[in-house]
Amino acid sequence: MTEDMSQYPLQLEGDNIPMVRFQNVRKSYGALTVLDNLNLDIDMGEMVTIIGPSGSGKTTVLRMLMTLETINGGVIYVDGEPLTHMEKNGVLVPASPAHIRRIRSKIGMCFQHFNLFPHMTALQNCIEGPVQVLGMPRKKAEARSLELLDMVGMADKRDQYPSRLSGGQQQRVAIARALAMRPKVMLFDEVTSALDPEVIGEVTNVIRKLVDAHSLTMLMVTHQMGFAKDISDRVCFFFNGAIEEQAAPSELFENPQRERTQQFLNAVLEAN
Amino acid sequence: MSYLEFLQAHGPRMLDGALITLVQFVLATVVSVGIALAFGLMRLSPNRAVKGFATVYVEIFRGTSLLVQLFWIFFVLPLFGITMDKFTAGFIAVGLNMGAYGAELVRGAILAVPKGQWEAAKAINMTPAQRMRRIILPQAFVIMLPPWGNLVIEILKGTALVALISVTDLMFQARQINISTFLSVQTFGTALILYYVFARFCVTPFMRSFERKMAFKIGRA
Repeated sequence: MTEDMSQYPLQLEGDNIPMVRFQNVRKSYGALTVLDNLNLDIDMGEMVTIIGPSGSGKTTVLRMLMTLETINGGVIYVDGEPLTHMEKNGVLVPASPAHIRRIRSKIGMCFQHFNLFPHMTALQNCIEGPVQVLGMPRKKAEARSLELLDMVGMADKRDQYPSRLSGGQQQRVAIARALAMRPKVMLFDEVTSALDPEVIGEVTNVIRKLVDAHSLTMLMVTHQMGFAKDISDRVCFFFNGAIEEQAAPSELFENPQRERTQQFLNAVLEAN
Repeated sequence: MSYLEFLQAHGPRMLDGALITLVQFVLATVVSVGIALAFGLMRLSPNRAVKGFATVYVEIFRGTSLLVQLFWIFFVLPLFGITMDKFTAGFIAVGLNMGAYGAELVRGAILAVPKGQWEAAKAINMTPAQRMRRIILPQAFVIMLPPWGNLVIEILKGTALVALISVTDLMFQARQINISTFLSVQTFGTALILYYVFARFCVTPFMRSFERKMAFKIGRA
């Protein structure tokens, strides 16, 4: 099925363009539709949390934005420009690798299983991107990465290999590594799900700091309802590949409108 | 004639041969590693022609006899205008053959690097080439070292075939001595021991310590 691409603007214009826009985005694996016609805007500096049962497509939203998954329909815009597409002769066509790399430089991501590079120390993990990808001088990259490691409380472990670090420590280094690339949008994909309960706080505290200190736009998938409630500007409840309900956290958690949201929240609260 | 007398008479010649075997082994290993890396990467190429070419190469060199390949390179290629001296033909043939096995080790090791590593490299916006060179290959290298320890010993033993195109290696010298003395037990016994000692007490310990060093470097030890 080919889509009429003329319905999509070549770039977003106006005073108040969103940092990220999903427009009619579809994702399917064969016959299985994971996301059906997703429309979602995230404003500059906004912290949006996605919650929902497993299999509802939450993580897929982040992975599509990080270009780890291709999309089957629609367009994703980042900072006003299309990410998944580019302009050619006045219409949008699928983006070239070079175009994707240019737009992707605005996005950083932290993963559930940290994915630190095991053959590099904490500091080397952080400077790898700035030195190799951004071409930053090593000295400068080190100075900046040390600041970031200090911010996440890992400066004293800078020469340790990931195998010597606990899960919480690895995740904090991973956050510093992503920030070292100076992204405009940060994605957190269940970053506390693989952690022991007693170290979850050290990672959530770092994210709290980011919310307070930066004008970063953030999109987070989490199962930590309390955390989501505390720090989000907006919470989206996903169900069956679509946004079932979205609202400010106080509203969504205190006064959910949809039955599925209520059921989900009840089930989660009972489990805790 | 005691074995000691045998060694006094023929030992130096055996050692000369062993030295040639050593050089053949080292050069064949270098060729194998180069071939393995090139064809292992090509086997993973998204380009069908590149991938197909690498597959055909691996199939041919893995699927036919090393001895036949050696004879092809030394006796048949000259008919097509490609001439090599016997020494070069020897280690090239062994290297091309073992490289085909090595290519599969390289391919397997690259695929064994966890998917999360590829994704993390993409998330810091590396190009595919940077990702392979800086992130994937260093980790794949550690994964493939143990099976390479095996293959390197195969390379050593494979070099014995170059005697059949008259490269004066250990096996060639042993056969010459046997023809003139008829002391088969002493001659081939000594050759056997020399190959074993070289494999067991030089090659294997070297590969093991290499494995340990690399595992430590990658922070796994």
